[in-house]
Amino acid sequence: MTSNNDTLLKVDDLTMHFPIYRGVFQRQVGAVRAVDGVSFEVKRGETLGLVGESGCGKSTTGRTILQLYKPTAGSVTFDGQDLVKMKGEELRIMRRKMQMIFQDPYASLNPRMTVEELVGEPLIVHNVVPPKEVSEHVKHLLETVNLNPAFASRYPHEFSGGQRQRIGIARALALQPSFIVCDEPISALDVSIQAQVVNLLEELQDQFNLTYLFIAHDLSMVRHISDRVAVMYLGVIVELTGRDELYNKPLHPYTQALLSAVPIPDPVADAQRQRTILEGDVPSPANPPSGCRFRTRCPIAEARCAEARPEFREVEPGHFVACFFAERFLK
Amino acid sequence: MSNYLLDVQGLETTFKTPDGVLHAVNGVSFGLKEGETLGVVGESGCGKSVTMLSVLGLIPSPPGEIKAGKAMFFGHDLVKMTNAEIRQVRGAQIGMVFQDPMTSLNPVLTIGRQLEEPLMLHVGMNKKQASERAAELLEMVGIPNAKDRLSDYPHQFSGGMRQRVMIAMALSCSPQLLIADEPTTALDVTIQAQIMDLVKRLRNELGMAIIWISHDLGVVAGLAQRVIVMYGGLIIEEASVNDLYANPTHPYTIGLLGSLPRVDAKERTKLYSIEGSPPVLYNKPTACPFAPRCKWAMERCWKENPALETVSPEHRVACWVDTKTGRAR
Repeated sequence: MTSNNDTLLKVDDLTMHFPIYRGVFQRQVGAVRAVDGVSFEVKRGETLGLVGESGCGKSTTGRTILQLYKPTAGSVTFDGQDLVKMKGEELRIMRRKMQMIFQDPYASLNPRMTVEELVGEPLIVHNVVPPKEVSEHVKHLLETVNLNPAFASRYPHEFSGGQRQRIGIARALALQPSFIVCDEPISALDVSIQAQVVNLLEELQDQFNLTYLFIAHDLSMVRHISDRVAVMYLGVIVELTGRDELYNKPLHPYTQALLSAVPIPDPVADAQRQRTILEGDVPSPANPPSGCRFRTRCPIAEARCAEARPEFREVEPGHFVACFFAERFLK
Repeated sequence: MSNYLLDVQGLETTFKTPDGVLHAVNGVSFGLKEGETLGVVGESGCGKSVTMLSVLGLIPSPPGEIKAGKAMFFGHDLVKMTNAEIRQVRGAQIGMVFQDPMTSLNPVLTIGRQLEEPLMLHVGMNKKQASERAAELLEMVGIPNAKDRLSDYPHQFSGGMRQRVMIAMALSCSPQLLIADEPTTALDVTIQAQIMDLVKRLRNELGMAIIWISHDLGVVAGLAQRVIVMYGGLIIEEASVNDLYANPTHPYTIGLLGSLPRVDAKERTKLYSIEGSPPVLYNKPTACPFAPRCKWAMERCWKENPALETVSPEHRVACWVDTKTGRAR
């Protein structure tokens, strides 16, 4: 992968292991390999979707990129600067450019703060707006996310889930970031509200030229919102390519199975589909299988899959796959 | 005498809350034929779960109260039954599976003990027979080494496995009806596909009727024969599965289907979004509960609540507007 000016974020061999301590002396007896060598780039203005099942490390990847966890190894280059090497004030200033939208709009807003305090907090903490102008700024931000500015003095419990998520989005936008990690921003919302929030995120992206890392487990929504999609399984990316390419020509057996498992809201199309039903469960990330992580559930696994980890390689221009047999699925 | 296995008429359920009386279910009527799979869809708070809990006599009272309605099952009204009577039906003739497989199993009892209990209680088996049958049941739902796993505790099973155990338990007494309330919502998609596959296989083998509650229109499309859409504690549309997805007629159903992105989408289009949010009903709705969010709403919609009307054979809709023409029906 080559870097150039179009690249906003470059993640190289990012690894995040959480230690497991046991016994009286709290010795480290192992590690949960939440993220285990992940590399990708995000281009300016694009949306990169990151999908996978629970426990695959997609949220940890997002958090580690923003340096909310100190990565075990690897580098994160944002706008040409390595975030992993940064500390203190330097990193804090950098954080203005990178924000996060969280999954749970009930847990991510302090219930004792008014909307104005919540949305205005980043402006005050980073001292980017004179205190007298904060209130005006907040009103403007609320309008941007289609919330009535008259609600500024209310508390989070007075709002519905969708409205709360808009407050979270306004808070993330306050510092005019260029990059936002959206960590399952719609998973906790009702179906009819999900579309509202996704449409808003798309409008804001056009308006402010935002770059998104959109983390989700809902493959249909990821296909809708993303330009490119990365599929994660047990701490590694198994496939990364353009959205249509991924959905029309998945080359990794896990991606194929995942796509075939997504229910389609159309009984006729659903009945005509070929389904691959995977057996068993995802192994524990504290003790992942040797070689290819997916081999224990893979329908085409062979002996060599247990011996070596398949390289994450470019099979076709822009189409990366970590599977020894990816060529079999090329038409 | 109706030819329905379960015939629910005019069901109304309310809850007393500190903020007032919440009207969760406001007159729901539907029938379920033997061996039929009925999908019930709607967003959170639409009354889909409360409807089924009312039928099963599982509404805590107080604060809950079934104000009106009946639910006929084999000639008996489930709503009027005493606790002792309905306990004979629940688990025996009607099996239940709930959303969260983590909390619906008792963590301090072995899987075997929990599977044996309904068999000894309802079927009258002795301990040895029940234990054998429990192993068969685990095998039936696809759990390897079934006999050895009977002595395991729930925490030793994964989420998907626990849901399999729940299904085994629900089917242990060969019920005529299985009520499943969002059974795959807490599971990952690949595990969800396993569970749906299992349910389809068991349905063919055992021939029970199923009521499958879900907020996911995709899941219901793959499983149900007939679908009910609920909103504001009311049924607003009811149709055969193919008809509902091909010709959604109520504005809410149209909006719901339009707001779903599809994994097999040909091109990228802006999602249709229903403005506003679902109602919280502290008063029994006297007008159409969807009117505030409806782009077709007319004067009448704000004054009178439409009843379910048949628009084509087996397709019923509660709406004053003909959404095909935009004029009054």
